[in-house]
Amino acid sequence: MKKIIPFLVLGMLAACAPDKPKQDTEEYAQEETSKPNAVAENAMTGKGLGQVTHVTLNTPLEGERIGRGKAVYEMKCQACHKLNDQRVVGPGWSGVTKRRTPEWIMNMVTNTDMMLDKDPEAQKLLELCLTRMPNQNVSIGDARDILEFMRQNDGEK
Amino acid sequence: MKTTIDRITIALLATLMAVAFYQCKPKGPAEVTIGDAAAQVYVAPGKYDEFYNIVSGGFNGQIGVYGIPSGRLFRIIPVFSLSPESGYGFSEETKPMLNTSKGEVPWDDLHHIALSTTKGEHDGRWIFANGNNTPRVARVSFKSFRTEEILEIPNSGGNHSSPFITENTEYLVAGTRFSVPMGNKDVPINSYKENFKGSISFVKVDPQTGHMSIAFQLRTPGFNFDLSRAGKGPSHGWFFFSCYNTEQAYTLLEVNASQKDKDFIMAVNWKKAEEYLAQGKGRIEKVKYAHNIYSEKTHSATSTMETEVTVLDIEQLPDMVYFIPCPKSPHGCDVDPTGEYIVGSGKLAAMMPVFSFSKIQNAIAKKEFEGDFNGVPVIKYESALHGEVKKPGLGPLHTEFDEKGNAYTSFFVSSEIVKWNVKTLEILDRVPTYYSIGHLSVPGGPTSKPHGKYVIAYNKITKDRYLPTGPELTQSAQLYDISGEKMKLLLDFPTTGEPHYAEAIPASMITANSTKIYKIEENENPFAAKGEAQARVERKGNQVHVYMTAIRSHLTPDNIEGVNVGDEIYFHVTNLEQDWDVPHGFAIKGATNAEILIMPGETQTLKYKPTEVGVVPFYCTDFCSALHQEMSGYLRVSAAGVKTPLKFSTGVPDDATSGAGK
Ligand code: HEC
Ligand SMILES: [Cu+2]
Repeated sequence: MKKIIPFLVLGMLAACAPDKPKQDTEEYAQEETSKPNAVAENAMTGKGLGQVTHVTLNTPLEGERIGRGKAVYEMKCQACHKLNDQRVVGPGWSGVTKRRTPEWIMNMVTNTDMMLDKDPEAQKLLELCLTRMPNQNVSIGDARDILEFMRQNDGEK
Repeated sequence: MKTTIDRITIALLATLMAVAFYQCKPKGPAEVTIGDAAAQVYVAPGKYDEFYNIVSGGFNGQIGVYGIPSGRLFRIIPVFSLSPESGYGFSEETKPMLNTSKGEVPWDDLHHIALSTTKGEHDGRWIFANGNNTPRVARVSFKSFRTEEILEIPNSGGNHSSPFITENTEYLVAGTRFSVPMGNKDVPINSYKENFKGSISFVKVDPQTGHMSIAFQLRTPGFNFDLSRAGKGPSHGWFFFSCYNTEQAYTLLEVNASQKDKDFIMAVNWKKAEEYLAQGKGRIEKVKYAHNIYSEKTHSATSTMETEVTVLDIEQLPDMVYFIPCPKSPHGCDVDPTGEYIVGSGKLAAMMPVFSFSKIQNAIAKKEFEGDFNGVPVIKYESALHGEVKKPGLGPLHTEFDEKGNAYTSFFVSSEIVKWNVKTLEILDRVPTYYSIGHLSVPGGPTSKPHGKYVIAYNKITKDRYLPTGPELTQSAQLYDISGEKMKLLLDFPTTGEPHYAEAIPASMITANSTKIYKIEENENPFAAKGEAQARVERKGNQVHVYMTAIRSHLTPDNIEGVNVGDEIYFHVTNLEQDWDVPHGFAIKGATNAEILIMPGETQTLKYKPTEVGVVPFYCTDFCSALHQEMSGYLRVSAAGVKTPLKFSTGVPDDATSGAGK
């Protein structure tokens, strides 16, 4: 399991890189999978910067949250994020809950500017995507709803 | 030369000028400021100015927002004039703002600013402004710095004596500059005395929403109303208007309206007017005037045509209006912070009378009248007078006040500001202005609680103050330090349009409330696309509605086909951003109107009528991200009658049928 995560992250990062021929990307990603990736591991433990320090996740998923999260996604995020692994402006969301902690995701969404200025993982994404993810004026509650929607998108039940 | 001196004869002007230059000799551009002026106006990079200066734009129909003490221009707010930059007056949403009973009037002459007050002090809620030419008043929000309401004023021949406000913003006034026959009558001009009437509207301001409505109109004898001020403190409940042309001239006013030794200041007891109104003493007149309101919820304006006003005739209703003789065509009519003193500035007078409110009340009680004008009592000059400021300067126009009991009067002809003590009437200091000052502004100067510190001169003539730019020059404003005993020139700064009156307010009262974005959840524009999933194109007859979204850095849809020459295309663009300072723009080649600038969370609509077959590019005009140049799209226009299938998409090169962004 641990081995797969860096692969996913790098694959996604590489997908953000502008003008990289597809073949190169894949090779690069494959090369890197064999080595342990410090940054990616940090991301798994890292909670990012912001108000959110602890999130309790429930199983099964909370249906009401999913509905609300989807509505916010369609209004405020869909223009830049697909639900598969395809990048539009920002990375596709497929697997995002596996490669980031819930806290990191919620901080990225509610404290975007500081994350992009200070958090090394977010900065890496910015270097690759070159468009600043905007602060979409999302409340903590809305961010939690989006997180639930992301979990569902990642196949959790 | 500008309108403020339109009544001075050439000969008189020449003489006065000669005297002025002899007396005061403005020293020309070489004049240096003293001491640490540079440090006093220097606002270090990233630091803020202490005051907002809200400056009328005059003939540009807009309001300029400057910082004091730096004199830097921050923004120009379109009010009565079209703004192709933002799309104000061009977008479908804002077009109704400029509607009048005469159809769209896309320009006006904006002279005066009134910042809303509570208990006589600035409250930082609204900016009011007048449209002088096609009579209107406007309300601008201090949160969004946008024009939210425009009310046309019926029965007015030009709205100059406006929009001065009462202590708690109960009313703002709209006094006619020119008297005219009421109700669009076709009469000979030389029947002025018989047919021409003056009209003053009291416009009620809703304390919650700020919405304006005409509560009543005073019908007055036919002459000209120039400026006005409400009473405050003890004089709250009264309003004072300067009147000229009591000669009732209708031609060559510069000579014929300057015959009499004295014109009037008209004192109105508006509480009494309210009583008459409540007693049903008003008569309803049929009129037509537009009332335009912009909603922040729908991001669009509506224009309603109103049909009635209630009129109170001052010649028939006693104890409501009095005239006070005031020498030689009074212009400014300013009430000091205590509410006791009223300064009349006769443009052609060699002294300035200061009237006392308590003496006026006394004179009314004791009926100390010298006669009447069409039945309205004229109070004896001496009975109303506190005293005269002797030999203050030439051509007094306007007076502002500081918090220490001093007054600052602008003198157009002698080109100077004169500081004097309101109580003692003693002249304390004078400084030259470059050149020919019109209005002036002390922060909080017209309120019960002036903030003081500076006086700003808005000069009418620029000449050699700046690098020349051909025959047309910028206007010249000047900042003076008034914290000490002597006034001290600190800074020249250029202004746009031709500023008349301005007010200044501490930034600390405004900044925290400034709108940053419009919440997309709260966007109630019926044409909003709240998310890319809602982006679409719909045809209704020959109207095509494009529900488009904009976000860094793409427009959705960005490929549109299936429209024809002769169609009316409405681009309803919603900016999906929710971050401060990320507007997107929308422009399409060959559009005969303008662009639109769409703020975060907002929806605005640009109408476009293709006239030729082809593929037409459109793009975002606001540099929004590193990939801004990529933020663009194509509209395919087919010949009239050709049935190209309606099709739209973004990022789906070969998709023929699906919706956008899918
Ligand atoms: C204007 C485009 C845009 C919008 C709208 C947008 N994002 Fe992003 N997002 C990005 C970009 C670009 C990145 C990569 C970081 C960067 O470049 O700033 C990103 C990164 C992210 C990440 C990290 C992804 C990962 O793989 O680690 C998350 C989580 C995220 N966004 C959530 C959201 C949510 C939730 C919303 C809606 C409330 C949203 N974004 C709206 C552009 C956008
Ligand atoms: Cu843009």
